[in-house]
Amino acid sequence: MHPKTSNMKCNATMLPLGESAVLVEFGGGIHPDTHRKVKAFTEYLDSHCLPGMIEYVSAFSSVTVFYDSLMVKQLHQDHVELRKEPSYRIISVILQKIVAELRTGDGQEARIVEIPVCYGGELGPDLAYVAEYNKLTVDEVIDIHSMGDYLVYMVGFAPGFPYLGGMSEKISTPRRQSPRMTISAGSVGIAGVQTGVYPIPTPGGWQLIGRTPLALFRPNENPPSLLQAGDRIRFYPISQQEYEEYKREPI
Amino acid sequence: MITTIEPGLFTTIQDQGRWGFQAYGMPISGAMDRYASQVANLLVGNRHDAAVLEMTGTGGTFKFDEKQIVAVCGGDMQGLLNHISISNWSTFIVPRRGILRFDTAASGYRTYLAVRGGFEVPIVLGSRSTCTPVKIGGHEGRVLRQGDVLHVGRDMECETQLGSLADGYIPQYANEVQLRVILGPQDTMFGSAALDTFFGSSYKVTTQSDRTGYRLKGPKIKHLGNADIISEAVWLGAIQVPVHGMPFIMTADHQTTRGFAKLGSVIRGDLPKLVQTKPGDCIRFRCSTEEEAIEALQKEQESYRNIAHACKKE
Repeated sequence: MHPKTSNMKCNATMLPLGESAVLVEFGGGIHPDTHRKVKAFTEYLDSHCLPGMIEYVSAFSSVTVFYDSLMVKQLHQDHVELRKEPSYRIISVILQKIVAELRTGDGQEARIVEIPVCYGGELGPDLAYVAEYNKLTVDEVIDIHSMGDYLVYMVGFAPGFPYLGGMSEKISTPRRQSPRMTISAGSVGIAGVQTGVYPIPTPGGWQLIGRTPLALFRPNENPPSLLQAGDRIRFYPISQQEYEEYKREPI
Repeated sequence: MITTIEPGLFTTIQDQGRWGFQAYGMPISGAMDRYASQVANLLVGNRHDAAVLEMTGTGGTFKFDEKQIVAVCGGDMQGLLNHISISNWSTFIVPRRGILRFDTAASGYRTYLAVRGGFEVPIVLGSRSTCTPVKIGGHEGRVLRQGDVLHVGRDMECETQLGSLADGYIPQYANEVQLRVILGPQDTMFGSAALDTFFGSSYKVTTQSDRTGYRLKGPKIKHLGNADIISEAVWLGAIQVPVHGMPFIMTADHQTTRGFAKLGSVIRGDLPKLVQTKPGDCIRFRCSTEEEAIEALQKEQESYRNIAHACKKE
C-alpha cells in the first residue's frame, strides 16, 4: 500500500518502567509509518519465545514489554557482560538487538474486518447533530463514515476498544457538553477527529451515530477482542431490521 | 458450601490476576495485596494462586455448611468465629455450621479469607479474579451480595498444620507509610521543583480510591508544559499525574492504556503496603533504584518459601 516506506529500518529508545516492564519507544507520533514499526516488532514477539517475558502492550508509537525481573536476572547470572546489570538493561540489550534487525516490509498483510452499523435513529441519537454541525445531510455523514478505511492503531482503555485512525475531518465533531451516564455496548461514536466503537457499556461523551450488533469484547474467546492492533476496519450501513436479525443470530 | 449472610463493603473473589490479555485492553485484576493473599493460601496448603475472598474496609459474615480449614490474612477486621475472636495470619478450623463474622478493619484496609481448596468459580481468560469494571470473573463478575453461595475447589497443594505465622512475616500496618519510587518514563516532563514537591510532601489517600487506583491529594505537582502524552501502556504501581497535578497510583483493576504523564512507579515490593492504606491515611515517597526493588522482591520470594516450608505437615 505504501511502497516507498515498506522497508524502513527501525530504531527505538528503551525506558525502564519500574522493575517490571520496559517501554520500547519508536518515536514518530500517531502515523501509519510508526505503526508499521510497532507492528513489525510485535509480530516478532508473537513468533518468538523470550524467556522471562510475560506479555506486551502495543500503543501508537510504543510497545511496553512486561517481564519477570527475578527470572531475567537469574537467566543471565552466568553471562559475562550482563550478569551485574539491572534487569531492564538486560531486557533492553536483548530487545535492542531485535529492533535493529527489524524491517517493516517483512510484516504480514493487515486483516480487514467489516463492521455492520445501523446508523441513526434510537441507536445513533447524535447522527443528526453531527450532520448539522458539519453542514451535511445525514446520508452524507453515513456515506463519509462508511467509506473510510480505518486502521486499528491500538486496543486499550477498555477491553476490545480500538483506537482508530483514518476518519475524515469532514465529519469531525466535538464531544458532547454533558456526557451520558451509560452508553450501550456496540455504540459507534465520534469525538473530535476520532471514531470508535464502545465494546462494553460505559459512561462517555462521544457523539453516537449508530450501533453495531457485533460483540467487540469476547471474554469466552481467545483472543477476547474482535479487533487487534494492525487490523483495518470498514463500516457498512445496515437497516434496523438487519440489526435486529444480527442480534438474534450473531455471525 | 459457604453462604454470604452479609457481604461487607466491597467483597470479591480474587486470585493472582488475569495476565496475558492486556494487549486486548483487559485489566489484570487479582488480589490488591499480593503478599497477604498468597500467605493466606500457603497457610491452608493451597497453590499460591488459588482464589481467595478479598474484603475491603468492612468485612462480611459467612456461614459454613461443612467443616473447612481457613486462614485470614491482611487487615485486622476483628474476625469472630461463632462469637469468639480469631487471630489473623493463622490457620484454623471452621466447624460445620460455623459462622465467621468480620467487622471494620482496625488496622490495614484489605483482608483475605482463604479456604483449603480455594473458591471455585468459572475460570475466565485464565483466571478466577473478579473484574468489576468489565463485569467478568469471580462470582458473576460482581461484588458479593447477601445470599450468594460459594463453593470450595481443589486448588490445594500439600497437607498443612494449624497454627500462627511467625511474627517476622506479619506486616505492621500504619496510617502513614513511605513508598519507594523508581522515576520514569516521563519524569522529565516535570521540573526539579515539582519532583522536590513530590518527594518532600505528604499525600492523603482520598475516598475516590478503589481497585483501579489510589487517588491522592496534596501539594500540586506542576508539569513543565503539557500534561498529556500519546496514549501508551500503564502498569501496576505507575504514578500518573494529570493536568490537575494530583498523583494517581495504578492498582489491580487499572485500565491498560492512558494518555497522562507518568512520573515514576512504586516498586512492586511496596504495593502491599500501599493497598493496606485507607482514605485519610498519609503517603510519602522516597526515590529508589531497581537494585532495591529487586532486593525487596527476592526477600518476598524467600518469605514465601520459608512460610510454605513451615506450614507443611511432614
